[in-house]
Amino acid sequence: MKFAASPVLELTLPVWRSRFLLYVFVAGFGLLLGRAVYLQGLNNDFLQAKGESRYSRVMEVPANRGRILDRNGEALAISTPVKSIWAIPGETHPDKRQVARLAALLEMPQPEIEKRLSDAGRDFVYLKRQISPETAERVAALHIPGLFQSREYRRYYPSGDVMAQVVGFTGADDIGQEGVELAFQERLSGKPGSRRVIKDRLGQTVEDVESIKAAQDGNDLPLALDARIQNLAFGQLKAAVAQNRAKAGAVVVLDVDSGELLALVNFPTYNPNNRSKLAGGQLRNRAVTDTFEPGSTLKPFTIALALETGRVRPESVIQTAPGTLSIGGATIRDAHVERALTVAQIIQKSSNVGAAKIALGLSPEAMWEMFRDVGFGSAPGLGFPGEAPGKVRPFRSWRPIEQATMSYGHGIAVSLVQLARAYSVFAREGELVPLSLVRVDTLPVGRRVMAPKTAAAVRAMLEMAVNRNGTAPRAQIMGYRVAGKTGTAHKQENGGYSADKYVSSFVGFAPASHPRLVVAVMIDEPSTGRYYGGTVAAPVFAQIMAGALRALDVAPDAPMQPIELPPEGQEVKESV
Amino acid sequence: MVRLNLLLLLVLAACALGLVTAQHQARRFFGELEQEQERSRQLGVEYGQLQLEASTWAVHARVERIASRQLHMRAPEAKRLQIARPGEAAR
Repeated sequence: MKFAASPVLELTLPVWRSRFLLYVFVAGFGLLLGRAVYLQGLNNDFLQAKGESRYSRVMEVPANRGRILDRNGEALAISTPVKSIWAIPGETHPDKRQVARLAALLEMPQPEIEKRLSDAGRDFVYLKRQISPETAERVAALHIPGLFQSREYRRYYPSGDVMAQVVGFTGADDIGQEGVELAFQERLSGKPGSRRVIKDRLGQTVEDVESIKAAQDGNDLPLALDARIQNLAFGQLKAAVAQNRAKAGAVVVLDVDSGELLALVNFPTYNPNNRSKLAGGQLRNRAVTDTFEPGSTLKPFTIALALETGRVRPESVIQTAPGTLSIGGATIRDAHVERALTVAQIIQKSSNVGAAKIALGLSPEAMWEMFRDVGFGSAPGLGFPGEAPGKVRPFRSWRPIEQATMSYGHGIAVSLVQLARAYSVFAREGELVPLSLVRVDTLPVGRRVMAPKTAAAVRAMLEMAVNRNGTAPRAQIMGYRVAGKTGTAHKQENGGYSADKYVSSFVGFAPASHPRLVVAVMIDEPSTGRYYGGTVAAPVFAQIMAGALRALDVAPDAPMQPIELPPEGQEVKESV
Repeated sequence: MVRLNLLLLLVLAACALGLVTAQHQARRFFGELEQEQERSRQLGVEYGQLQLEASTWAVHARVERIASRQLHMRAPEAKRLQIARPGEAAR
């Protein structure tokens, strides 16, 4: 190769040098090509993932918790989104002015915020949970670095303390903790979903890549409760507890045909929207979770069994004089002495001696079976957390005195819900209805526990107990025939009976010609000196029953005449 | 042959431009969809809050208080009640 004309400049190079360079370059290109093929074709997962992470994001799709409604669609619990403020302490350095503004917005003391933000040992600290979206926006406007917000749900209970023990409440993580919220957690809770999207450099979503999991909102839950009746019962119970200076009280309103609980009221209660001062006693749904010795409200079941076995007829006469009955050293007493009473009058006047005498003619096994058949001693099956099964001791261990006292409701423990349900037997021609907390659309089938004739006979007796010669004339309602029974029992305390603490109750149904509702009222420890079920619980029953029948448009079955009360001081006293 | 190739080249260029505009349109519509969905979520939230507000105002205790105190309403007396049953002639 000639590069210059001058022979001085002529330079001769060995050919192998240029060849060598050529090979080096070719090898270099080959290497790059191989690497490119390797990265793009053979082992591309890593880079693909790295690249995608620059623009693709997995976003959570929130799901709502279902609402709890009453039977007419009125909302009892609603979730709405709120914000929680959290911070990364190491990255947050607000100045004094910002902290002051933050403290004012979050309604927290300033030193508390400073303390939380200076805890450098932690990566995550909540400043405040569940604040309103408006407040959260104003916090965001402060532009404090290292301060973040996350979306949460808060549950609100518009009806507040009226429904508190039934509806219950959820915790901060939207999980049911009490009542229906806990019992129906599965059905109410939503399942949040997620999806993969592509975001541009401004953080806006530009494309949906895939839906990884669809969000599922929780189901709405219509309860059997009727807000009107619940509210009415709550007002009456609250007034009665105050008037009798009682410790507590509960009311159950039961639909005879469907077995739905139209009202389930407890007092004392609490506000589920503000649970900062909450004690265990307010929380309990006494009507379901607490048992008590019912007293005379159990007499009708003893009498029903005696009628069913053919031992007595409603007009059979039982000698109750001299008003006492001694069995094995223990004495049963009547509050006032009658000479002889018919079986119907034993219910009407609530005679312990009469009920005990009838019970002693029955076999313990049959009595035990009757109690079990009407639902005592087993949980009522509402699905409510902490349902009390009550207590019916096995009949083999009964002594005669125990069998006698059990006939009028001592030595046996039941809950108010069980008692209301048991009375559905008399209201439904001898059938026990299954209970339901949620609205039912098809009428359930009851379980027959006694002949329709027996139920009708007891119903007639229960109607007598409510007239002016019975123990509960104050349970009468103008325009309706009422049937029911009072109960007054000494409370059990330290293994014995307390001398001056009582539980007063009344269970009844109306209209007696074709019963629609069972109402059970229980007042715990009335302390004004009046403690008979007929004076304490029966008036509450009458008010609630009258209002509920009107709310449900039930036609009257009696003439609209003012109710007759016996003269003051001459009321028939119940035996305790 | 050359003409056909040129024609194909033109068609290809047109297709490529079409793809670009289609993609752009898709992105824009998706953005709009996204905005509307966000709005629907917001409205859902507002609906929940309004429901809450409605049921708070309609709490029975409050209705009862207003009815009896402000409007002086009360349940009618028994003697002023007349029960109408279906099938009964009005008097």
